[in-house]
Amino acid sequence: MLGKLTIEALPFYSTIAAGGAAITVLGGLVVLALILWLGVRYVWTEWATSVDHKRIGMLYVMFASVMLLRGFADAIMMRSQQAIALNSGGYLPPGHFDQVFSSHGTIMIFFVAMPFLTGLINIIMPQQIGARDVSFPVMNAVSLWFTVAGGALVLISLVIGKFSTAGWTGYPPYSGIQYSPDVGTDYWIWALLIAGVGSTLTGINFLTTIIKRRAPGMTLMRMPLFTWTSFCTSILMVFAFPALTVAAALLALDRIFGMHFFTNEAGGNMMNYINLLWIWGHPEVYILILPAFGIFSEVTATFARKRLFGYASLVYATMAIALLSFMVWLHHFFTMGSSANVNAFFGITTMIIAVPTGVKIFDWLLTMYHGSLKMAAPMYWTVGFIVTFVIGGMTGVLLAVPPVDYLMHNSTFLIAHFHNMLIPGALFGYFAAYMYWFPKAFGFTLDERWGIRAFWFWLIGFWLAFMPLYFLGLMGMPRRMEHYNVAAWQPYLIVAAFGAVLIAAGIGCLIMQLVVSIKNRKEAFDLSGDPWSGRTLEWLTSSPPAPYNFAVVPDVQDVDAFHDMKRRGVAYRRPAAYTDIMLPRNTSLGLITGGFAFVLGFSMVWHIWWLAIVAGMVILMAVAVRSFRDHTEFCLTAAEVQAIEDQRFAALAKAPSHFEDLAPAHGQPVPRGAT
Amino acid sequence: MTDIAAGASALPSSGAEVEIDVYEEKALGFWIYLMSDAIIFALLFATYVVVSKNFAGGPNGQTLFDLVRTFGETMLLLFSSITFGFASVAIRLGKQETALAWLAVTFVLGAAFLGLEISEFTGMIAQDAGPQRSGFLSAFFTLVGTHGLHVTMGLIWIVILALQVLVKGLTPPVVSRLFRLGLFWHFLDIVWIGIFSIVYLPGVL
Repeated sequence: MLGKLTIEALPFYSTIAAGGAAITVLGGLVVLALILWLGVRYVWTEWATSVDHKRIGMLYVMFASVMLLRGFADAIMMRSQQAIALNSGGYLPPGHFDQVFSSHGTIMIFFVAMPFLTGLINIIMPQQIGARDVSFPVMNAVSLWFTVAGGALVLISLVIGKFSTAGWTGYPPYSGIQYSPDVGTDYWIWALLIAGVGSTLTGINFLTTIIKRRAPGMTLMRMPLFTWTSFCTSILMVFAFPALTVAAALLALDRIFGMHFFTNEAGGNMMNYINLLWIWGHPEVYILILPAFGIFSEVTATFARKRLFGYASLVYATMAIALLSFMVWLHHFFTMGSSANVNAFFGITTMIIAVPTGVKIFDWLLTMYHGSLKMAAPMYWTVGFIVTFVIGGMTGVLLAVPPVDYLMHNSTFLIAHFHNMLIPGALFGYFAAYMYWFPKAFGFTLDERWGIRAFWFWLIGFWLAFMPLYFLGLMGMPRRMEHYNVAAWQPYLIVAAFGAVLIAAGIGCLIMQLVVSIKNRKEAFDLSGDPWSGRTLEWLTSSPPAPYNFAVVPDVQDVDAFHDMKRRGVAYRRPAAYTDIMLPRNTSLGLITGGFAFVLGFSMVWHIWWLAIVAGMVILMAVAVRSFRDHTEFCLTAAEVQAIEDQRFAALAKAPSHFEDLAPAHGQPVPRGAT
Repeated sequence: MTDIAAGASALPSSGAEVEIDVYEEKALGFWIYLMSDAIIFALLFATYVVVSKNFAGGPNGQTLFDLVRTFGETMLLLFSSITFGFASVAIRLGKQETALAWLAVTFVLGAAFLGLEISEFTGMIAQDAGPQRSGFLSAFFTLVGTHGLHVTMGLIWIVILALQVLVKGLTPPVVSRLFRLGLFWHFLDIVWIGIFSIVYLPGVL
């Protein structure tokens, strides 16, 4: 009846595990209390069943923020364990330590970075291209709730059963049933499979939106850089995620039905898994980083008060990176028996990626050069990123040399390298975006002081936490060590742990920033919808935008369309009459399919076959029933639009004007087209 | 263009115009989905090729595959593609009954294909050549089975859309759904050609 699920699954075997479970349950209760406090009806109609791309995007970002706390808890546990575990067991037993590093990687990649960037693209990209919503709003909700379902599976593994001990990459044969007979790996597999479906659908949705929903005049080479990077990221999602689906599904078949794809006997081939995983895994790195590159581009142009230097070169560099990202996967396993020539090929393609990335760095620097720089909080993250990321890039080129990789692979040098790419490269970008676009989403600006404090804690914390790992790697320390007996390593690990404490303070500052900003929001309302004197179309809408974003679809004539409209004096012209606007209607389909996807995953983990079949049927039925519906939109009448727009323009009249910012910086001669 | 009203006129004003746009958009989205699905099949093909000689002392394609049955399966699926084409022509001409009849024929052909495949699978499992036997058989069952699962989904979809045609008639939304079903069905045909040429033919040679 309940498959493998028994009372033994509850985590009473250790106090630390029970504590983690208690915190998870408590977190669930807090969310429940929050829903009750906000009102179930409000949460249901305005958020849970909403198909508005902005609401869905905000839910993605909120989900990512919660998961960031969980992922960071894992990180600080690992750092503290390694700081004290010289010639001793520390406080985490090996089995538990293995779960911690596995869930840290899984959570940070799949349930922090992915939902964060998906949320940001959701909120901003349709506004940047002058659209009213994404192409498939209902599918957007389905994607969201599938992602949440996957995350929920990881969270619940802390309470019922255990999580995987096979690392976030789950290499067989260790992740096979023979060596990992418990449910941990199954939780990992089903969390990935379910969230992966969500990501694939998201990619399809964004791609179609960018191709089909651009405003008149918004040619491809007039699209804002963030839209361009979203476009490339979506291509990667559509074409790379199937590889993860195949790898995880085949591993599941091995584990459940005793097949022999990746086993050690009966004709299995483990290397095939490793190839499949990294055919997804390397493009995934660029799925995470490209949107951040777009964010840095937008932030730099806005706060330098200049058109981006080398717009076209940034676009081509983005496309080049997207293409190259499919040609480098083997560098993740140079040491696993490929011939020297194969290794050389992949080493060279890997090094080539540094070229377009370098182009981008110079473009951002030259955008700032001779710009009229305003150092707002998003700019701090951007400058911190450039300085720190370059080091990570250079260690990456080092690791791309196969002989060097033979020395460094599986050492903490590698750990330092990819955290050096993903924390400044992706996360700093998301934080910059959070502070840059927060007023657009919520209607008031965030507190600058706490934002800058958070930046300094994160930056210094990052340097202290990861630079020692480079040295430790050179000293020969392997990754994922639960304890060790080399006394020379300990001082470095203590410094790294201190860095993690500073990052904790940075997270504290981010929370404080949110609290202070909500408290003082009345002084920080963004009446104009354009608090930074922005250049791209999302700043034309009100903050927060009306459900339809644009009452009149803008007519685009230049890169930096909104800046161009302001210069021509047409940005805030009102039409003679408004027209009716059709908008997608709320639906509970996303919540239903996502909820039952969670049930499906959970029952597959515990081998509760009847429940899995029921859940699968419910999902299928829900989609089938939905497919009968022809009228999925409602009409916002011209009069209603007029009323909303009247309010908008009344607020706009009270807002301070930015038009003085349109003059060239410092009165210096600037190249044509630079303003 | 400084006149904002001109920008407003760029909006699709009549409802019909908007609807056509929406169907094109859905078709594009579905094409992109098919490309993503094609990657899944491509990787399953690659996996099959990698382990296709890993018999682990068990039976190989020469003893297991029956080209006569495979030929029958191929014919059924190819003809179902043609009959779906006839249905598409009838849909375009607005002939509801003819369209339904051809959809029914397509369904029968697809179901017969599936029946042959299931009998092949059960036969293999009965002679101890199930997916657990060897890496080769795991990959065979998974690749061919994934295609079979897609055909099953296609059959369910045919039923659902036939119901919609009965209830709603050939309205523009229903026609657009039938168009996407057509894309799906022909796509499965192409995948089967791949399975025939990469799995069955080299398997018996």
